[in-house]
Amino acid sequence: MRVGIDVGGTHTDAVLMDQTTVVAEIKTATTHDVTGGVVTALRRLLAAGRVDRARITAVMIGTTHFTNALVTGRGLAPTAVVRLALPATAALPPLVDWPHRLLTAIRPSVHLCDGGHEFDGRPISPLNPEQLKRVAAAIEASGIRSVAVSSVFSPVNTELEEQAAAILRAELPYLHISLSHQIGRVGLVERENATVVNACLRDLADDIVEAFEQALRTVGVAAPLFLSQNDGTLMDADHCRRYPVATFASGPTNSMRGAAFLADRADCAVVDIGGTTTDVGVLTGGYPRAATGEVDIGGVRTNFRMPDVLSIGLGGGSHVTHALGYRPGTEYGPNRRQGWCGDGRGEADRHGGADSRGEADRNGGADRRGGRDRHGGSDGYGGSGRQGGRDRHGGSDGYGGSGRQGGAGRQASRDGLAVGPQSVGYQLTEQALVFGGSVLTATDLAVAAGLADIGDPALVRHLDPDLVRRGIDWMAARVADLVERMRVSAAPLPVIIVGGGSVLMPAELPGIPSVHRPEHHAVANAIGAAIGQIGGDVDRLFAITATHTREDVLDQARTEAVERAVAAGAARDTVDVVEIDEVHVGYLPGNAVRVRVKAVGDLDLARHSRTEEEPQWVTP
Amino acid sequence: MGYALTFEGLRDLAEGAAVLGTGGGGDPYIGRLLVEQQLKAGRTVTIIDAAELPDDALVIPSAMMGAPTVFIEKLPSGAGNIAALRALEAHLGRTAAATMPIECGGLNSMMPLLLGAQLGLPVVDADGMGRAFPELQMETFAVYGVSGSPMAIASDHGDTGIINATDNRRMEWLARAMTIQMGGASYISDYPMDAATVRRTAVPGTLTLARRLGAALRQARAEHADPFQALAAALSGTLYTHGLVLFRGKVTDVDRKTVDGFARGHVTLADLADPRDQLEITFQNEHLVARRNGRVVAIVPDLICTLNSETGTPVTTEALSYGQRLTVFAISTPDLMRTPDALDCFGPTAFGLADPYTPVEHLTAVP
Repeated sequence: MRVGIDVGGTHTDAVLMDQTTVVAEIKTATTHDVTGGVVTALRRLLAAGRVDRARITAVMIGTTHFTNALVTGRGLAPTAVVRLALPATAALPPLVDWPHRLLTAIRPSVHLCDGGHEFDGRPISPLNPEQLKRVAAAIEASGIRSVAVSSVFSPVNTELEEQAAAILRAELPYLHISLSHQIGRVGLVERENATVVNACLRDLADDIVEAFEQALRTVGVAAPLFLSQNDGTLMDADHCRRYPVATFASGPTNSMRGAAFLADRADCAVVDIGGTTTDVGVLTGGYPRAATGEVDIGGVRTNFRMPDVLSIGLGGGSHVTHALGYRPGTEYGPNRRQGWCGDGRGEADRHGGADSRGEADRNGGADRRGGRDRHGGSDGYGGSGRQGGRDRHGGSDGYGGSGRQGGAGRQASRDGLAVGPQSVGYQLTEQALVFGGSVLTATDLAVAAGLADIGDPALVRHLDPDLVRRGIDWMAARVADLVERMRVSAAPLPVIIVGGGSVLMPAELPGIPSVHRPEHHAVANAIGAAIGQIGGDVDRLFAITATHTREDVLDQARTEAVERAVAAGAARDTVDVVEIDEVHVGYLPGNAVRVRVKAVGDLDLARHSRTEEEPQWVTP
Repeated sequence: MGYALTFEGLRDLAEGAAVLGTGGGGDPYIGRLLVEQQLKAGRTVTIIDAAELPDDALVIPSAMMGAPTVFIEKLPSGAGNIAALRALEAHLGRTAAATMPIECGGLNSMMPLLLGAQLGLPVVDADGMGRAFPELQMETFAVYGVSGSPMAIASDHGDTGIINATDNRRMEWLARAMTIQMGGASYISDYPMDAATVRRTAVPGTLTLARRLGAALRQARAEHADPFQALAAALSGTLYTHGLVLFRGKVTDVDRKTVDGFARGHVTLADLADPRDQLEITFQNEHLVARRNGRVVAIVPDLICTLNSETGTPVTTEALSYGQRLTVFAISTPDLMRTPDALDCFGPTAFGLADPYTPVEHLTAVP
């Protein structure tokens, strides 16, 4: 049996699964003490399932710890950045576009060195070992223990990053080294940024992974530990120590995959309705569609693969405004996100967004989460607890760009009726009408319409039935519109609705062929963790030549992806290539092609992560 | 005279340049960061009108050539662009009084700003494309008799070459071959000319135009106003006399392939209320022609811009995808880009289109 655990900002959810059956599900408060929260969750889960701990074969954990660390700037290690590129790139050193608060947190030591490749694999300049030894001395002098290494076109040729790592390690054996080709794809600024993010999380990753492992030992679970990655696949504990950045956005991904699993769908849209926001994502072949373009994480621009999520400010706590009550010019709440539009390319816009996401907004979001979770835990408001802790943070606040701002939420209907984007958030249990408050919320509409049984229905009996009907219709239309925008083909998409706010939706949505609200949707996120598979990705430029044909290139990419999946812990005989994408590169001779391949396989439980041989450049 | 570019002005200019990129031109993000670095270091970008220069002052444009895909990975050294300028100066035996863009759309709007900041050279508020085009001979300079040669080309290493081609098209071919050897991206200075020739042959005011377009979008977002009305308002009183919404709809099909190094293809949009009402845009790096239900409603060199319907954010051809809500906004080109010679150089036939050129304001005029 597998255990899936979702450690959110306020709640920790856990499920016990036997094959495809949910044996038990529980929800506990996330504690400051990481080990203690997981211990409590595991014990309660085993008790609820009446299962002996010896029957647990694997524990999968999805966590927001690393995202939170980047967003708050706490727990980040001082970090060095070594770029192999000179004479190229000198005009744009690393970290030039980082927010000041993060630069203050990581106090970077930046080194531009010789190295790098051209797009076709020719060297820009040879590696200079003496120069790198001097860099090592400077790193040592500054007391830094974690370094990010990037090299121009390392996605095409990885050897210089590896050689540089070997030189640095020979000088400073204790160094944590993050290599950019392991983390990102073509686009130096974005890949290097993600690598630096990873490097500054390395110390924390040791602590967090150790805390999780300690929790397993305390409870006496001997099964191996895995962590959820942003693409819905798993990594083993050691991989997570080296690549904590890969956990980013795993929350929304797990939620989507869990929803699809519960509804037994591989191709669908998932609508996750919380207290303040609604997130919509699309699954293709059981995995979330990745956002195209750049993604802003905590104000840092990366090209990390993130699920393509569209968000609007609509949830259980959303204000219902009508006639004079609505002010069209009002700012969005904490989920306001103009940082990035998945389909847009506006630089000013993107940058503006990075600046506009202030600490206050994020903290505001965190506060709201707290309250909603409490509410969720106390009165059966379904999955709102789970939602709040993680999706809010992951989907909306933490990542400027992992989601897109839907925008439609602020358009009032012709008679001025609108729901959201303002939300009472955690104060739902004080401010909503059904709880004796004075604010008309989306939840009040749902109760009045008979869609939900929350609070005291008598307190909303006075509402004008026409207003209630129009309000529900308005919300359903907004959500249907979001789903419609997320479609990538003309074929209609079935919809799975999860989250505590799913009670806001009527049984049918306009223009949508089928709507499912599966059982256990309150813990879809933990289920998503439990069902994770192991994946391997290749995304880089290849040169097609007379001796290295297109077929050779595709074969090579396929093989590399499969090997990466196996190296990450997949059972070789279960690995399939699930995605191949080929893009020819403009303005270059007709032989440059960018190939993306993704391979996925089942977790190989026979192998234990800690006994695996480490690649030589990795810190033990 | 002239003005110094602020951080906000730079961001506005970058976004406006993306609008003028008409779907292509490359992402100005890296270029903007390069110029921002200069401003942070206390250097200044001074934008001047060509009229501020004496007739015989030498103006040497600056640009990058090659694949944006390379440019976002092998970031500039900051030396290649200077090396190209210096090589051309040495070849000519004269010193540049100012630099300027050859292309105001996309990434190349930023390159002369970088050079200007690095060397303290003023940047002339004009360019030779009035938008983005894919090739070096597609310049008003060329149309009105300026030779692109002698041209200097440089790599990040500081290698330089001088190309004296027999015509501007051959210059493009030769420079492209060298660009590949230089790693797929190079820095060029071509079309050296005196200020009087700039005034005669360049599309004037295009940097300021880009800045105004970007500012209009920024302000429209801040005020929750219609970004397209804002763009149209920003265009009024400029040489780009007409800015009009051609279509609002949803992307229902994108067909894109790379042929001879160009991203060619087409995108189809359907009206939200009436899906039978469709607009199809054909592109080759940049948008070339828009047909509404089969009838041409805008054609190159008029600008066909695809913008996010909610935010007005420009959407490049490579970022087009099914389901996007886009507004297609057309901008009329200045008269100097519509003469028979200009149309020979970068009109429909230059891109292999059979449709004749008709000004966008005539095509869309209500009968």
